[in-house]
Amino acid sequence: MQQLVEELLNGNRRAAARLITLVENDDRQKTELLQAIYPHTGQAYVVGITGAPGSGKSSLVDKLLQEARAEGLSAGVIAVDPTSPFSGGAILGDRIRMQDHALDQEIFIRSMGTRGSLGGLSRATREAIQVLDAFGKDLILVETVGVGQSEVDIVKTADSTIVVLTPAGGDSVQTLKAGIMEIADLFVINKADLPGIERTVTEINMMLDMKNGAPWRPAVIPTVSIRGEGIEALWSALKEHRHYLEESGHLAEVRLKRVRRELTEQVEYLVKSRIWEEVKEKILLEELFEKIARREKDPYSSACELLDSIKFFEQKS
Amino acid sequence: MSSKKIRVLVAKPGLDGHDRGAKVVARALRDAGMEVIYTGLHQTPEQVAETALQEDVEVVGLSILSGAHMTLVPKIKRLLVENSMKEVLLVVGGIISEEDAGALITAGDADQVFTPGDSLDKICEYINGRFA
Amino acid sequence: MKNPEEKTTFNQQLEKWQDQVSSMDKRPGSFTTISGVPLKPLYTPLDLEKLDFEADLGLPGSYPYTRGVQDNMYRGRYWTMRQFSGFGDAFDSNRRYRYLLEQGQTGLSVAFDLPTIMGYDSDHERSLGEVGRCGVAIDSLEDMEVLFSRIPLDQVTTSMTINGPAAIIWCMYLANAQNQGVGLHQVGGTIQNDILKEYIAQKSWIFPPDPSMRLITDILAFAADHVPKWNTISISGYHIREAGSTAVQELAFTLADGFAYVEAGIAAGLNVDTFAPRLSFFFNAHLDFFEEICKYRAARRIWARHLKERYGAKDPRSLKLRFHTQTAGCSLTAQEPENNIVRTTLEALSAVLGGTQSLHTNSMDEVLALPTEKAVTIALRTQQIIAHESGVANTIDPLAGSYFVEALTNQMEEEAEAYFERIEKLGGVLKAIDCGFFQQEIADAAYLFQQAVDKQERIVVGVNRFNSDDKPQIELLKIDPAVEKKQVERLKKLREKRDNNAVSNALNDLRIAAKTNENLVPKILTAVKCYATGGEIVALLKEVFGEYREKPLF
Repeated sequence: MQQLVEELLNGNRRAAARLITLVENDDRQKTELLQAIYPHTGQAYVVGITGAPGSGKSSLVDKLLQEARAEGLSAGVIAVDPTSPFSGGAILGDRIRMQDHALDQEIFIRSMGTRGSLGGLSRATREAIQVLDAFGKDLILVETVGVGQSEVDIVKTADSTIVVLTPAGGDSVQTLKAGIMEIADLFVINKADLPGIERTVTEINMMLDMKNGAPWRPAVIPTVSIRGEGIEALWSALKEHRHYLEESGHLAEVRLKRVRRELTEQVEYLVKSRIWEEVKEKILLEELFEKIARREKDPYSSACELLDSIKFFEQKS
Repeated sequence: MSSKKIRVLVAKPGLDGHDRGAKVVARALRDAGMEVIYTGLHQTPEQVAETALQEDVEVVGLSILSGAHMTLVPKIKRLLVENSMKEVLLVVGGIISEEDAGALITAGDADQVFTPGDSLDKICEYINGRFA
Repeated sequence: MKNPEEKTTFNQQLEKWQDQVSSMDKRPGSFTTISGVPLKPLYTPLDLEKLDFEADLGLPGSYPYTRGVQDNMYRGRYWTMRQFSGFGDAFDSNRRYRYLLEQGQTGLSVAFDLPTIMGYDSDHERSLGEVGRCGVAIDSLEDMEVLFSRIPLDQVTTSMTINGPAAIIWCMYLANAQNQGVGLHQVGGTIQNDILKEYIAQKSWIFPPDPSMRLITDILAFAADHVPKWNTISISGYHIREAGSTAVQELAFTLADGFAYVEAGIAAGLNVDTFAPRLSFFFNAHLDFFEEICKYRAARRIWARHLKERYGAKDPRSLKLRFHTQTAGCSLTAQEPENNIVRTTLEALSAVLGGTQSLHTNSMDEVLALPTEKAVTIALRTQQIIAHESGVANTIDPLAGSYFVEALTNQMEEEAEAYFERIEKLGGVLKAIDCGFFQQEIADAAYLFQQAVDKQERIVVGVNRFNSDDKPQIELLKIDPAVEKKQVERLKKLREKRDNNAVSNALNDLRIAAKTNENLVPKILTAVKCYATGGEIVALLKEVFGEYREKPLF
């Protein structure tokens, strides 16, 4: 594994691929691995792209990659698609829209399933981002499913978040899920050649007008991704946002918050795993669950009992 | 949900545009709990190999109905080996005569060949069996 | 059922019979068509109560053409026996065409190889391993000349299965005809040229939808003025069915595509009656015997009604749906290939009873390879036996009036109309393609079918039931890999000996015209006459039009 990490830092694509697999599969050596690469992370700029299925996220990513390469930037893409809750399997087809970059050595595209993570961006995805960061990618684009909570979660992981919509055509922007409007740093209205584009732009701007005080007003950009229209404007706006974040010190703030979260989560994760490991050795959980279901016991006192059984509350001397 | 999944690349190399089989197989593999990366049509061997590399798949499934398999399959196998992916399971489906299938397997260019009439269960069982 | 009393009596009898049947043994399995349509045990005059014999059936050759598009149908002449064929290089295929004509085939049908279909010359790196494998390699007018050598184009009509580069291949054909001394007004045939179904099913696209439609309307206009006997589009359901759709989906999606072409022609400023008469169709003949017959009859009626009532066509020829049929490739099995002869026979029979104008019967070995001479001869003989020995062609639309056939025809028309409504709601065919409507319907149907086969709910003889252990070896056609080398050599020589200045100029002219609204056919014709290659012309057009990228659905 040490070798893999070295190869990763040297720019070996196979090592990158293998390491992402290891984090995805929660390999025993995962923590060691993440430890080893952590010092090399923090360089990449992470952009999240979210929006409803069919809004054209993948073809937007494709065009953004073009812009990135034109400026000599290397890029990684993580394309997330939903895992079937029934079978546990997934069909990951986002990279089809990114064909043009298939053989560009400076671009690395990885498809991931949500694998049952209960809404939100899975740990595995966040860890995969770290791998690509350490791998040396200047820009990392994360394309997410756009249903449920993953949209809101991406804000915590990305430096810039793009929300992709399509022209209203009947439904109004009002009906968009709460939270969507708050998380966007940039709004892209793709398929702008469809009817309803002006109305959608107006509605979004009206909503933004109502939020006063925010130092960054999200850009609203119409695009027709498959024809490459509006992409230059989007790329400029993205750079503007980055510039704003850096100048205002906001970026540092955001990353500090992220680090805080990473540490907190890791501690909680270790604590949780350790506690349950020990508990399972001492207590027959299935029996306990059934007793509680029959109201012979209750969850509250049972929890204390569990922790007592592993001497959790005892003072460490 | 367990986190380890079998990752399979379903690819359409060459100019052949018949994807009914590839899509049906992709769906069946998904229903069997695997993660399927589908490349889309008209892939060059280089694109297939590079995708396999980046996605770190354990299985590459090629669907070829154009008769070009004796050129495409060995080429892709060679590229996989060059990319240090020699141990990846390479299976092929499509219009392939028994004779050609035998030749590909004997030469080590393919691990298994599936042809019209083979059931989806057979394919899923084969792959699952190799990773049991 | 002339009076209410008779009807009441009959209803009573029917009820009694239904009770009797319910109490009897039922054989295992579902009683549905291969598309999953449930069938009643019995159809009676009650099922035809709403049928208006004059308005819904009429006579052959009269609106709404349910009973056939010609007054005399096969009493005048049989359907064209037109075997789809092509492999190797133009010399190989020319030999096969002359063989088939000698054996009694009455029209030609060209299968091109994948590089040709996708717009690549035989020496392009993407053509490696693919030259001559699925069809004949045609790179230039020179190949076209060889392909039709010793075949008189004023006496034989040719159908060409080509879509993305249809305009180019068509021009090569026309140029060759002219070289043979056959005028454009004399030459007859069909180009498939149905790009909409490419996006939906066959997937041999090149350019995006808008420029592709432009090329098609250019062809419609040119043909209307200069090539009056040519069928400019073969609006196809065959591939949609092969991709896994049901019979009703095949019917509905094909006709919807047809309507889209009509609308495109009208939008381009053409009068519907100038181009609609030359639109033709291409359907699948699948294994469910009666479902297919009803499908063809419904198709004719639907087309006639829409062209008349929606598009205001006045010329009766605009209202007549003429079609070619091919028996279903996807119904053939690799196991026990001789069984395929039987399948093909049943399918061919349904096409004939459905009133097809032209027919291709599959060879038994086509699941495994392109047909051998022996296999294709049997396939041709199948048609000849149906025509000359079975007697079914002696009377027109023999199944009309059957309670079952008319009821199912009506039902299929209704279901197709329901699909048309859904497509309208999505904003039309192009929008529906864009959001993947057709592709999703087809993928779902394909998956359901495969599951049914795997679960043995759908029996495939020799595959999931009644299989024998012995595997008789049949001889298969092998494409000599030397063909590719030979073709590449010839292409190299061609590029050396042609007038490259003329080619360069012609291509430049085309490039300029492509950026305007000018009809591109004359410019393409000039270019092919200078021996510009298909690949060169396509590459140029790709620069101007772009390339299409699919959105795959499962």
